[in-house]
Amino acid sequence: MIDLGIKEQFPIFNRKINNKKLVYLDSANSSQKPIQVIDRLNNFYKNEFSNVGRSVHSLAVSATNNYENTREIVKKYINAKFKEEIVFTKGGTEAINLVASAFGQKFLKEGNEIIITELEHHSNYVPWHYLRELKKIKINFAEINNLGEVTLESIAKKINDKTKMIAVTHLSNVTGAILPIKEICELAHSKNIPVLIDGCQGAPHLKLDMQNIDCDFYAISCHKMYGPTGLGILYAKKKWLDEIPPYQGGGGMIQEVKKDKITYAGLPNKYEAGTMPTAEVVAFSESIKFLNNIGIEKIMLHEKKLMDYAINLLNENNSVKIIANPTKKGAVISFIIEGIHPHDTATILDEDGVAIRAGHHCCQILHEKLGVVATARASLGIYNTEEDIDQLNESINNCKKIFSLK
Amino acid sequence: MNLKELYQEIILDYGKNPRNLRKIENFNKDAKGYNPLCGDKVHIYLKLDDNKKIKDISFEGSGCAISMASASIMTDLIKGKKEGEVKDIIDDFLEMIKEKPELNSKNLKVDEKTKLMSLSGVKQYPMRVKCATLSWHTLTSAINNIQEEVNTERFD
Repeated sequence: MIDLGIKEQFPIFNRKINNKKLVYLDSANSSQKPIQVIDRLNNFYKNEFSNVGRSVHSLAVSATNNYENTREIVKKYINAKFKEEIVFTKGGTEAINLVASAFGQKFLKEGNEIIITELEHHSNYVPWHYLRELKKIKINFAEINNLGEVTLESIAKKINDKTKMIAVTHLSNVTGAILPIKEICELAHSKNIPVLIDGCQGAPHLKLDMQNIDCDFYAISCHKMYGPTGLGILYAKKKWLDEIPPYQGGGGMIQEVKKDKITYAGLPNKYEAGTMPTAEVVAFSESIKFLNNIGIEKIMLHEKKLMDYAINLLNENNSVKIIANPTKKGAVISFIIEGIHPHDTATILDEDGVAIRAGHHCCQILHEKLGVVATARASLGIYNTEEDIDQLNESINNCKKIFSLK
Repeated sequence: MNLKELYQEIILDYGKNPRNLRKIENFNKDAKGYNPLCGDKVHIYLKLDDNKKIKDISFEGSGCAISMASASIMTDLIKGKKEGEVKDIIDDFLEMIKEKPELNSKNLKVDEKTKLMSLSGVKQYPMRVKCATLSWHTLTSAINNIQEEVNTERFD
C-alpha cells in the first residue's frame, strides 16, 4: 500500500464531501494544510500578534524574530547563499511580476528578446507581456516536443544575441514535465543570460538547491507547499537584488525620505514594502519543518510510486487518455475521458468526494498546442495514497457509466 | 446534490448528438460567446424573415454536455418563433435556471416547458450555471446585433 500515513495530520480529511471521504487530487492548484501550520497561524493571532519592524515593544520584537527566523529556515531549505536573497511576496505570481517589472525596467529595451516556453502558466507569461507592450520586447516560445516536455535543445534554438532573459517553469502544472533547469542555467550563463525559474510546482515536490541549480531567480508559492495563502517567496541572487530597482514603494523599504530625495533600505527590506503577511510568514516555518521531518527524498519517492501506480491504472482504463508522457515527470496527471467533457468529469467525480480540476489550468497556449480546449487534472500531494487513486479510477468508471461508455 | 437530475437522459443524448450544430447559409444575424472558465465557445447563427420570425437557427462550438444540450434545446425550441417571443423565453429561462421554480412564459407550450426544465438540475451546481446560459446570452447578443463577444464572466 503506497501511503506515507500522514493524512491524520491534515484536519480537512476529517470532513466528508457529499457524504464521501475526501479524495483531494488538486494539490497543484493549492495544497491542504497540516495541523502544525494551522495551529501556528492560530497561536500567532491569539497570543503573539504584532506587526514586524520598527516598534520596540516585546510583541514586535518577538514577531520580528519569528518572521526573520522563517527567512533563515527558507534559506537553509533551498540552500541559498545569503539570507538577504529570500524575499517574501504575496505569492508566486507576485514574485515573477517583481522580477519582470524591476528587471525589465532597468535592463530591457526595445528590440531585446526573452525566452519562455509553451508550458508556462499565465503567471510566467502575462508579466512579460506587459514588457512587450511597454518596451516593445519580443517574447519567444521554446516549443514542447511530442512528449509534452521542453528540452535543453528547444531552449537553445531560441537563444540569439538579443536574448536578455530566460524564464521557464521547473515543473509543468499540466504535463508534469520536469525541465533540465541546471543545464538551462549553464547554457544561459555561458551567454551571459540570466534565468528565472517558475518554481511554483517544483518547490513542493522536488529537492531545492539554489547554489547547485545556479539560477538567478526562483519563484515559490507557499500555499502549494502546505503553507498559508497570501504568501510567496522570491529567491534572487544578491547581485541582482543589489542592482535592480525596488518593485513597490511604501513603509519598511526606505532608508531615508526627504522632500527631494529618497534612499532605499538594504536587502531584503528594499523589496518588502508595507505590512507583510506576518502571521503567514511565521506559520510557513512550520510547513518547512513538516517537510523536513518527512524528508524530501522520501516525499519524492512516495509521489513517484503513486504517480506510476496511477498512470498504470489509468492507462488500463478504456477511454481514458493521459495527456503527454514526459521522460521526467512530476506529480501531475492531466487526462481526458474520450466522449466526456472535463467539466462533466469534474462534476461527477466531486459527487464521490474526488476533487480534481478541469479547464485549461491557466495554460491556454499549451492547450492550444495540444489541440484540446480543456483537460481534467489529478495532481498529487504527500497525503495521497493508493486508495485515493483507486477511488479516482472507480469514479472515472462511474462517469463512463453515466455517459454509457465502455 | 443529485447527479441524476443534472445528467438526465435528454441532456446526455443532446450532449452526445447535438441538434442544429452547423452553420446556416445566408444567416442575417450572428454572435459569438465565450466561457473563459472552461474555454467553451459558441457561435450562434440566425435567419430572420421580414416579419422578424426566426426561419432558421444553428450553432457552432464545443463544450460540456450541459452547454451542448442547452444550445441544442434552445435552437430546437425557438425555431419558428417571433423575435419578441424569443426575448420573453430567454428571460424566463434565465430566471428559472437561477432561482424560479418553474417557467411561466406564455410563449412556451407545455411540452416545450418540459424539455427546458430538463436543464433545471443545473441550479444545484452553481459552478455549472454558466455552461447552461452561455448560448442563451449569445442568442440575446445576436438578436440585438451586439458585435462584442459574450463573456460569461460578465454575467451573474
